[in-house]
Amino acid sequence: MRRLVLFSVFGFFACGGGDASRGGGDDAAQAAVAPLGNSTIAGVVTFDGMPPANATIDMSEEAACAEKYANGAINPVVTVTDGMLANVFIRVTSGLPAGPYPHAPAVTIDQDGCLYHPRVVGVMVGQDLAVTNSDAVLHNIKAVPTQNRPFNISQPRAGMTSTRSFTTPETMVPLECNVHGWMNAYVGVVDHPYFAVSGADGSFSIGGLPAGTYTLDAWHETLGTRTMQVEVAAGGTMSVTFVYGPTT
Amino acid sequence: MTSRVVPIGIVLVAVLVAASFGQGVPRSHAQDLENGKALYDKWCAGCHGDTGAGDGEAAAYMLPRPRDFTRGLYQIRTTASGELPTDADLRAVIDEGMPGTAMPGWKTRLSSGDRDDVIAYIKSFSAFFEGASPQPMAFGKAPGRSDEGLAEGARVYREMECFKCHGDAGRGDGPSAPTMTDDWDHPIRPADLTRPWTFNGGGAVADIYRRMRTGLDATPMPSFSDAIDAAVVTEEQLWRVAQFVRSLGPEQPEVREVIRAVRLSGAMPADPTDSLWGSIEPQYIPMVGQIVRAPRTFAPAVDGLWVRAVHDGTTLAMLVTWSDPSASPDAAWQEWLDRLSAVMQDADGVMAAVQGPDRLAIQFPARPSEGMQRPYFLGGDSRRPVYSWRWSSTPDQLTVGTASGLDQFVAGASEVAHVAAFDAGQWSIQITRSLAPADATASPTFAEGEAIPIAFQVADGSSGETGIRGSVSAWYAIYLDVPTPPAVFVAPVLAALFTAGLGILLVVRAQRREGGA
Repeated sequence: MRRLVLFSVFGFFACGGGDASRGGGDDAAQAAVAPLGNSTIAGVVTFDGMPPANATIDMSEEAACAEKYANGAINPVVTVTDGMLANVFIRVTSGLPAGPYPHAPAVTIDQDGCLYHPRVVGVMVGQDLAVTNSDAVLHNIKAVPTQNRPFNISQPRAGMTSTRSFTTPETMVPLECNVHGWMNAYVGVVDHPYFAVSGADGSFSIGGLPAGTYTLDAWHETLGTRTMQVEVAAGGTMSVTFVYGPTT
Repeated sequence: MTSRVVPIGIVLVAVLVAASFGQGVPRSHAQDLENGKALYDKWCAGCHGDTGAGDGEAAAYMLPRPRDFTRGLYQIRTTASGELPTDADLRAVIDEGMPGTAMPGWKTRLSSGDRDDVIAYIKSFSAFFEGASPQPMAFGKAPGRSDEGLAEGARVYREMECFKCHGDAGRGDGPSAPTMTDDWDHPIRPADLTRPWTFNGGGAVADIYRRMRTGLDATPMPSFSDAIDAAVVTEEQLWRVAQFVRSLGPEQPEVREVIRAVRLSGAMPADPTDSLWGSIEPQYIPMVGQIVRAPRTFAPAVDGLWVRAVHDGTTLAMLVTWSDPSASPDAAWQEWLDRLSAVMQDADGVMAAVQGPDRLAIQFPARPSEGMQRPYFLGGDSRRPVYSWRWSSTPDQLTVGTASGLDQFVAGASEVAHVAAFDAGQWSIQITRSLAPADATASPTFAEGEAIPIAFQVADGSSGETGIRGSVSAWYAIYLDVPTPPAVFVAPVLAALFTAGLGILLVVRAQRREGGA
């Protein structure tokens, strides 16, 4: 009884729980759920103005990675192509009917040339996240969440894949490699499949939605967040634009 | 500034000193949160903070910092990476303390029941423990130790690239070392594997193996269990690495008051790499942060030196070695120092993020024959100065002089030769001087057969240890072996013969008397 009282005293620390468990969740059960609707939010993320320069990476200690870059490696923190911003994580934060939701496809992050590919991904709670080492060097994959349990896995050899999942929604869970301090990736953990990451052309698409009014959140690792309301009709596609700029 | 110093000193002293009087009454009962809270507030909160956030009064003076319990992240566990510790894991750390940190053991200070109550309370700081039942991993048993096994361990250490952080010789000087942070963005050093007595989770082979299997959560040290599952490394190979790591240093160095300078009859060593040094037993000198005079050093980079000494009746040679991941200044370590100076903002103000050279000072009483009264250990004072050798790495030079305080130094005659070498995270400085100086009124004569007081100061320039910052030792003594006179060998033989002769005489006399009766 006393324990319960104390938990309420320290309740502000209470933030969900559970372990970042190893892979092999009940994919089959979740995959069986049919889409809730046939509406789509399609959009782009733009960057107006001059994007900040990305730092070069000194890979001199890691020849096996350095040789994959003819002109030297750049840390792709802000990736803008023709005014379009990549690696923005967009998710629905309100307006959804209650689940169960269909399962999003499995996600793999590759470590290649001592960088993560992709740099930003989304997964559902319980969904497998596989991390592969395509470099002939030691990487460690350290997840540093606050709402979920962490993990820190050593992958001393190329070809190794490790699979984990998360138990609690959290945007974002940083991944880092401590052997190569410049390596960062971000995992958005969501309790539904209505999320997307903007591609190299800035575009994203969230499909399978029922008609309704939704709140969308956009997140970028250094440029911050954006929010908007979107109304989408049954069977329709709503086009939206998130705008980022250098003064954010 | 001083007003803040006093309470913190009191807290530190109170926690450590009073802890030794805290013998609880043994009880057998379910874990009692109320008792746990009372004990925690009394003994733990000074470092770990009232709310368990690792932010007690004394915390700012420590590196590594006291554990923040609110995130449920624990280094020393028997559970898989990212999982909570078992109660037994928490109990082991509370019982034994954490070597290499300020965490003392509480086994002899709190009763078993009290320690369990504290564990219950500590767990209440993180909701992750609610309803959790963490399970220990199965670790198996170590294979028998063998030379082939150690060689295999060394090979796998390289193959798995442990050196990327821990360095080629294991001294925590790998290329990634300067970039390391823990989950609170505090700078953290990869373990110096040549100093197993400082390993946070213990220095036994089984401890090392467990750390590799579980990882050290909230630090950069990952778990190698996935690598076993993926058949990248076998359990036996990982045990071999643990045995290899264990072989890199002694279990716990013996600290003795007197450094023995062995008398050589042949050639003296030429430099730190001379194979002759290999036959001389090194002696460990513990070092502590200089926390007497501001600006002080609460988290020193160097906490021990190894000293070897030899002489041949005319010349004294000493070899001082210590682990230091960088020959300072070193641009690669600027990132480390920036982080360190941001974190270690203590009562003496901000530590400038400017690197200096690495430094070593060795001091002796300037006037040896003053009975038992030795000069003040921090570089002497005006009444009792010290004769001091002060070496600095960049430029590589050694200055001889007289000091009357850490920063009161007057250079004198250059009568000392030195050779400094930096290799794989270790400084080795050989210093040579005639036992009798050119001017016996200016500097002391080292007499054979006498215990000459000696003390050390050392500083790591890449950790911002400039000026009077750094670590210091207490007074020790160096004893120059006297030559063994022939009488030492002849006398016992003569004594034995004499005794035997007396015995025979007695027996013969007794027999005669018996015969005559």
